[in-house]
Amino acid sequence: MLRFIATRLLQAVPTLLVLITVTFFMVRFVPGGPFSAEKAVTPEVLRNLEAHYGLNKPLGAQYLDYLGSLLKGDLGPSFKYPNRTVNEIIANKLPVSLELGAWALFVALVLGLTSGVVASLKPNTTLDYIPSSLAMVGICVPTFVLGPLLVLMFAIGLGWFNASGWYGPEDRVLPALTLGGVYAAYIARLTRGGMREILSQDFIRTARAKGASEARVILKHALKGGLLPVVSFLGPALAGIISGSFVIETIFQIPGLGREFVNSAFNRDYTLVTGTVILYAVLIISFNLVVDIAVVWLNPKLRLE
Amino acid sequence: MSGSMESPPAAMTLLPDAPEEGTSLWKDAWNRLRKNHLAVVGGALIATFAAICTIGPWLISSTYQGQDLSLGAAPPSAEHWLGTDVLGRDMFARILYGGRISLAVGLCATFVSLTIGVAWGAVAGFFGGKVDAVMMRAVDILYALPFTIFVILLMVFSDAIAKQYQLGATWNLMILFAAIGAVEWLTMARIVRGQIMALRRQEFIEAAFSLGLRKRRIIMRHMIPNALGPVIVYTTLTIPAVMLLEAFLSFLGLGVQPPMSSWGSLIKEGADKMEEFPWLLIFPGTIFSLTLFSLNFLGDGLRDALDVRASKD
Repeated sequence: MLRFIATRLLQAVPTLLVLITVTFFMVRFVPGGPFSAEKAVTPEVLRNLEAHYGLNKPLGAQYLDYLGSLLKGDLGPSFKYPNRTVNEIIANKLPVSLELGAWALFVALVLGLTSGVVASLKPNTTLDYIPSSLAMVGICVPTFVLGPLLVLMFAIGLGWFNASGWYGPEDRVLPALTLGGVYAAYIARLTRGGMREILSQDFIRTARAKGASEARVILKHALKGGLLPVVSFLGPALAGIISGSFVIETIFQIPGLGREFVNSAFNRDYTLVTGTVILYAVLIISFNLVVDIAVVWLNPKLRLE
Repeated sequence: MSGSMESPPAAMTLLPDAPEEGTSLWKDAWNRLRKNHLAVVGGALIATFAAICTIGPWLISSTYQGQDLSLGAAPPSAEHWLGTDVLGRDMFARILYGGRISLAVGLCATFVSLTIGVAWGAVAGFFGGKVDAVMMRAVDILYALPFTIFVILLMVFSDAIAKQYQLGATWNLMILFAAIGAVEWLTMARIVRGQIMALRRQEFIEAAFSLGLRKRRIIMRHMIPNALGPVIVYTTLTIPAVMLLEAFLSFLGLGVQPPMSSWGSLIKEGADKMEEFPWLLIFPGTIFSLTLFSLNFLGDGLRDALDVRASKD
């Protein structure tokens, strides 16, 4: 087990390095520097700015500088927000996105697991068909259609919520539903499939034959194995929630890191773009690692290997 | 069959008068697919949408950029079936033209991903050993990267280049195909590799080897056709994924650039104006969702019909 974790940790290093390198050079090669969009600055000012940010050094040196400061956890200054570092901006915006993501994951797990388990217990009945078709709707209606439609219905039409903003607790409802909806749908499908398979196995029949209550059979015996597909899905789900946050934060005008990332890409704020991409990559890679370990740990067949 | 015809090949004459025709794998699959109503409806819808979007623009009088500013945003009427947008442009025409772009991106980017994925997977699976280890490690590394983010970077990059060198909308579209295709091939590579690995151990492949056929011929004639089932299924499921990614990018303003529009950018315009003019969001949103639905149902149906196990989930 320890060896497995160590190998996976070591594998994460080249992945990250590839990502940092590609991102760094790609953003640097974009024509039109970060200052080109400003009101025409005089050549001397431009030179001073470039010297200030180290942009006049050769590219290789810039790259090594960047790697060096990354190791210290320093993502550098922002090019577009004077006097602010990328770390400050991320520290400011990330909590909002994390909260949104946590709510979305909560929605996805609660809705997805309940409807999936219910559907698996009553296959081919209304209790199965309704959640299964709803899940298909959830998968096929993209977030950027679902979000505006929910706003249209519940905010503009019924007036229950604000159409945008991030102030009171009620402002969390629509964004979390929109972002979590798709994943609730996937989780419902995976739970249903996983549970159907487990419930047809011999040890479940044994448990029933022993006279274990139905609740005990499901909660104690079936759920652990039935949820394995869901656990492995959580890795991709997190990556999806992160990219989904770009759209959701734009639709609902939430001051999170997702919207900041899209803006920084438009503004060519080199360091902010690279910093955010690296942060997302670290998040996704470490989360995937945790998920992989959890899958192995939950599955005795794999644990022995 | 009269005697004046050419005599049938020797192998045929050896067979007794067969009372029934054998069904081929494909015919069998087709029969199963036909019984799956959702898949049939999905396939029919897709065919209809594709036909209307391809031919439609030549048949209607409005164009996607023709403005009628006096009209402004008008709700659906006899003249403009799906209403007009704020510049008085006919929504029906815009949805048709947008559909052309969205479907074209779906097909072309899928084709790119198909080509890379099949080639990569086939080579890795065929040669096995070290070649396979290196190639699949690369796939693993790429798998771990946050891809949507990467495509966003690519699009920003290409946009800046286009501005610098005054490249037109075609450049933007080509990059879009390439960027999306380049990130969607990984699963395909894994599927094809698995198939090829399994095929390598089959007797008819050994027979082909012992007959002294060239490797190229074995891959092209014997292995790829036999790995086709899962490839077809996964291709069908890649198209909606690709279209979704394109719409996602266009919604963020990074995909198709105006004056061109795709369903994604129409949905974006609609979402901005939905308070006053909800039809601008509802029509493109519905068509786009229906398309994704149909493609997914068709893909699921194909998976069952071709009996492909564990290809996606």
